[in-house]
Amino acid sequence: MLRFFVRRFAGMIGILLVISLITFYLFFAASGPDDVVQMSCGRFCTEEAKAGVRHDLGLDKPFFEQYWVYMTGIVMGRDIGDRSCSAPCLGYSFSSREPVTERIQNGFPTTLSLAIGAIVLMILIGVGLGVIAAMKRGTRTDKVLTTVAVVAGAFQIFILGPLLLLIFVYETELMDLPKYYAFTDNPGKWATGLILPWICLMVIHMAMYTRLTRSAMVDALNDDYVRTLRAKGLSKRDIYIKHAFRGALSPVATILGIDIGILMAGTVITEFTFSLNGIGRLAVLAVEDSDLPMMMGVVLVAAAITIIANLLVDVAYAVIDPRVRLY
Amino acid sequence: MSQFQVVPDGGGLPTAGGEVEPEAFEKAPAEKAIVGRSPRQLAWIRFRRDKAGVVSGCVVLFFVLIAVFAPLIAKLYGKDPYTHYGNKDPNLLNDYGFPMKPNGGMDGEYWFGVDPTLGRDVFTQLLYGIRTSLLIAVIVVLLVTAIGTVLGILAGYLGGKTDFIVSRAIDVLLAIPSQLFFIAFTPVAIALMVDDSARTETPVVVQFMGVIVVLTIFGWCRIARVLRGQVLSLREREFVEAAKVSGASSRRIVFRELLPNLWAPILIVATVDVPTYVVTESALSFLGVGVQEPTPDWGRMIRKGFDQLSTNPSYIMFPAIAMLLFVLAFNLLGDAVRDALDPKSDR
Repeated sequence: MLRFFVRRFAGMIGILLVISLITFYLFFAASGPDDVVQMSCGRFCTEEAKAGVRHDLGLDKPFFEQYWVYMTGIVMGRDIGDRSCSAPCLGYSFSSREPVTERIQNGFPTTLSLAIGAIVLMILIGVGLGVIAAMKRGTRTDKVLTTVAVVAGAFQIFILGPLLLLIFVYETELMDLPKYYAFTDNPGKWATGLILPWICLMVIHMAMYTRLTRSAMVDALNDDYVRTLRAKGLSKRDIYIKHAFRGALSPVATILGIDIGILMAGTVITEFTFSLNGIGRLAVLAVEDSDLPMMMGVVLVAAAITIIANLLVDVAYAVIDPRVRLY
Repeated sequence: MSQFQVVPDGGGLPTAGGEVEPEAFEKAPAEKAIVGRSPRQLAWIRFRRDKAGVVSGCVVLFFVLIAVFAPLIAKLYGKDPYTHYGNKDPNLLNDYGFPMKPNGGMDGEYWFGVDPTLGRDVFTQLLYGIRTSLLIAVIVVLLVTAIGTVLGILAGYLGGKTDFIVSRAIDVLLAIPSQLFFIAFTPVAIALMVDDSARTETPVVVQFMGVIVVLTIFGWCRIARVLRGQVLSLREREFVEAAKVSGASSRRIVFRELLPNLWAPILIVATVDVPTYVVTESALSFLGVGVQEPTPDWGRMIRKGFDQLSTNPSYIMFPAIAMLLFVLAFNLLGDAVRDALDPKSDR
């Protein structure tokens, strides 16, 4: 167990180093220091100011030294110009001049709330429909549910999102525009404020879960052990819920692991469509403004979150399925 | 995912993956001799029997034909997607830039209406828009499949250091939140390809190439992983061993022994990938980082409709419905292709 964590942790750091090196090179070195200065300084910038910016950002130093300064800044903090940036320092935004770390910290609760709600709905409804379809396999219910899943799978967030907004907000005015409220302040508002994006994410991802659960359940129901249980005289409900469902969980957990990572790291299009200020929207705005430190920070944080989420899912996998051993 | 077994030449019942073909089974006792069928023929027979597959295949074909013949259709229809008809005809748009007629300006002249503020024809924009998405998606799928196949087979067959490097690269790429990386790197890729000193508008070709390069770099790992796994299991099979013993070169083993067994998974992944990339390309345009004006593009049309959702909701309808239909049809086609090529798998 300990060996597993040490190994995975080392691998994680390795992957993050590779990603950070490549992104840092692409953002800060590939297009040349003049461009970076221009982006930081804006269009109306004197030569003197440009020289100052170039020095402050360390763009006059060799590439690996710049990278080293950036990376040590994350661990220990560093000074940029006359401002000191405390650890974990990801630099200052070019457009708002605020610390990148702070902006990401402010956006994180929104992204996390979005992800958690969407995952809960995905599991409840996506997996739930799959279980029902498997229990009623071959009947009309099964066909209807499978069709629903296929059609839902063809929807995109940027199609379903506007549709939901149109129906619930603009035409009928049943709801307000989605907005993030802190869960700790008002759980009710938190849920109603995010319900539309949650539904949106759920519908988009549902197809995969419904299909996978259904096929895994059907497989499990055809397995020998289920026949044995039937012969033993176990009730149908117990067979479905206690045994077949549990057997079907592993493949679902694999896909869920990938999705959790993706959702936690920022659901770019969802946040953009519903104007929620999470990490994903931060990234879009940073790209629009050519805000390099912001982009770099978001990319790194998102990669780190995805990798950690994947690690946690691997552990959860071992808990669900005792045959899986961590090594 | 399983692969095809060697089908006995006319000897026994034509079986693929252990499943007995019902049709072949019925025919067997008749006076007709048992027909030997190649895996390809079997797959085609299975595909033809799948109603949803055939219908969705026709819909996909319809979209592809539209993309190919867009200029011809536009010519017959008498409009093009670039002209600002709103400037020519003062009766099209009102003072706020919105179409005067209801439903986004739909009438006999402009079938699907005109777009707000500029007064361009929506019908021709839709026709040309699919070209953008489909062209990018098809090129990316071709590149991704080629790169992924080569690297996947190499990693699986050679093992050792090659496998280690390719597998680590796959791990890194799969661990990355792709949506976010696409939007972060597409502008970088485009910026790297143009000469900055010119400071002119980015040529359309470069915009296309930027999107294609980024999608390819992050995309090859999926097919490579699938193929690596397949090769790892195929490598230990008897027919490869036999080829090795008989002195076949690695080249021959890879191309003549392994590759024919890999067509099914390659085709399956490629068919599933096309709609994925159409959607990804549109998403990039929706977020404003992909192909720019005035090249017609579904994603950007949806974005424009979205920006005016509360004031002019009809504009978003056509690109959204078109895209929905296309993706639905292509997804169903992907399922049918998988069922036909890989009958053992269940959805």
